[in-house]
Amino acid sequence: MQLTLEGVTKRVGAAMHLYPLDFALQPHAVTVLLGATQAGKTTLMRLMAGLDVPSQGRVLVDGDNVTGRPVRERNVAMVYQQFINYPSLRVADNIASPLKLRGGLDRATIDQRVRELAAKLHIDPFLDRLPAELSGGQQQRVALARALAKEAPLMLLDEPLVNLDYKLREELREELSALFASGDSTVVYATTEPTEALLLGGYTAVLDAGELLQYGPTAEVFHRPQSLRVARAFSDPPINLLAGSVVSSGIQLAAEVPLAVPLAAAKTLADVTERSVTVGIRAGALRVQAQPGDVALTGRVELAEISGSDTFVHVAAAVGPLVAQLTGVHYFELGAAISLYLDPAQLYVFDARGALLIAPAFPGAR
Amino acid sequence: MARIDLDLAHSYLSDPKQDSDYALLPLQMSFADGGAYALLGPSGCGKTTLLNIISGLVRPSHGAVRFDGADVTARSPQQRNIAQVFQFPVVYDTMTVADNLAFPLRNRGVPPERIKTRVGRIAEMLELSGQLNQRAAHLAADAKQKISLGRGLVREDVSAVLFDEPLTVIDPHLKWQLRRKLKQIHHELKLTLIYVTHDQVEALTFAEQVVVMTRGRAVQIGTAAELFERPHHMFVGHFIGSPGMNFLPARWWDGVVETAGHTLRVAPALGEVLRAAGEFTLGVRPEYVRLADASAEGALMAEVTQVQDIGTYWLLTARVGETLLRVRLSPASAAPQVGAKVWLEVLGPHTCCYDRDQQLIATGSESAAGGASG
Repeated sequence: MQLTLEGVTKRVGAAMHLYPLDFALQPHAVTVLLGATQAGKTTLMRLMAGLDVPSQGRVLVDGDNVTGRPVRERNVAMVYQQFINYPSLRVADNIASPLKLRGGLDRATIDQRVRELAAKLHIDPFLDRLPAELSGGQQQRVALARALAKEAPLMLLDEPLVNLDYKLREELREELSALFASGDSTVVYATTEPTEALLLGGYTAVLDAGELLQYGPTAEVFHRPQSLRVARAFSDPPINLLAGSVVSSGIQLAAEVPLAVPLAAAKTLADVTERSVTVGIRAGALRVQAQPGDVALTGRVELAEISGSDTFVHVAAAVGPLVAQLTGVHYFELGAAISLYLDPAQLYVFDARGALLIAPAFPGAR
Repeated sequence: MARIDLDLAHSYLSDPKQDSDYALLPLQMSFADGGAYALLGPSGCGKTTLLNIISGLVRPSHGAVRFDGADVTARSPQQRNIAQVFQFPVVYDTMTVADNLAFPLRNRGVPPERIKTRVGRIAEMLELSGQLNQRAAHLAADAKQKISLGRGLVREDVSAVLFDEPLTVIDPHLKWQLRRKLKQIHHELKLTLIYVTHDQVEALTFAEQVVVMTRGRAVQIGTAAELFERPHHMFVGHFIGSPGMNFLPARWWDGVVETAGHTLRVAPALGEVLRAAGEFTLGVRPEYVRLADASAEGALMAEVTQVQDIGTYWLLTARVGETLLRVRLSPASAAPQVGAKVWLEVLGPHTCCYDRDQQLIATGSESAAGGASG
């Protein structure tokens, strides 16, 4: 199914909730809508579903103009943050409800399909229970199974895992990825978390303050953010940003730290008319052991947070505040002097208007 | 400020008979004066029940709660002098930020001069100074939650400040700031803080000591590093880290370790311990699985089933026999393709062994996990 939005806007009273956007979703794939609260994710999904009508522009399904056609006349499955099920129906009947509505299916076929879906989502032991007798995670699995049963060509999920436990989220996210991959639907999945977008893969659209900033394969959007705003929205931990100026040898950071940039990048810089740029360093690009060609950034340890798989070191550096993400457990004394090392090839450089000038090469392997 | 000692169990049933009737199984635990603690676990593990017992909202069915040695089991939260911060902001919309922060102090008749100083200090720490005279009503959700946090922290005389999932409603970027603020505030004010969450990142980054709970039991209390490096229970291995620890069924047989159809040699001292265990489970974190050369001694052959670019690392999923192993690879290394055969080293100084009860088997490499938390 090909969903296309042309020149779509949404205005509520005097407030612009969505600025004009053109958006052709990758058919039969997952598109992640990534953005902070209030970025416009839910507004956009409601337009895609037909729950709301755009203020301007057109919504096309397979080239067919469906603008203004209400949701019940479209074939859309939706899953919300809150676990929404029919409270008086058993789990089995909840999952079966879209199949019964569709008509033309005999009972044995419906039963079999319900069992398959329940098994996939690990709720098969609870088919005879009522939703209220299940845990939150199980209730959301029922809602997901019902949405999947519909086999709608378009499936919209609005932060479906946000109300679940961290660990349960991890588990269910993997299961959902596998289900999306084995299905044929065009899937739209809204989240506020950059890591969730990376784990889901597929395609990512970055939204910020009602604007669609960038759309493309998830890894590409992450590794080549076209603007400072995308880089900010798509980094967790937040990307380190430093003011710099273009000099003949490369880029000069504050506190007289020169950063040589690779030759190809230097050519890009030669065309820059303004000298002031913003340098972006992802937290994962900073390390504590130098490798040949690295630049040293010195400072003092302000805070070291061990999160489990990573240690986040917050450093008050001569060039400004920095956060480094180190794999595994590392110990630091607060207030101690520290050198963080950076391969200049890992730099992002944005011009004075925030447009990307230089991004690190990324493997793009599959 | 107080030292808190718990020696209790709790059941919501009037006549509990078996373990599953208890929301909290018998536990003994102490919270040092001025410490930062987290209670971490999935829904239904008992962490909120435990928090409510500490605050006095729930009275334990068995045992006692002591503050500085005095039995407070029968006392209310007010009598215990507990401050609490909840998941959603609790703010008086019509009051200014300053009045909101001052509220708990005025309630207790603190002199106005003292209130002014204290509110100023808390506002500064939370970067609310510029908004002190604004009404709370029009502030964003994160600013309101900051006020809630500030109100929890404003009193100097509290026995402890309890947080129930205070950052759940906060966007990822702001979480970074608020987590850091909380840590700095703890450093400066030296209040006893107890923080309940299901989010390992929040728990581990916030607390000096984390209590990992499951099914009414505290399975391990330790620093972030201890929980990561030496999980005492397989549940902790699974729950801490993302993804969690990999587990491989193994057994000691004729002088070697057998797992997934491979035989692995181990140091004699470890061999002695494993001989006694017989069958056991190998636990190795995705961060510590190493790619080895083809057919390398001590490596398991695996087939790559998934390769994910997680931005700052590759996440590899590979099948070894019946087991799926997750491997975290540096972005500098070339990631193998799906379908490729790879050799994985699973034995190393960070590998843990678990007995049939899912408990850590003490081995000689225990010392490898030493060191103080940062």
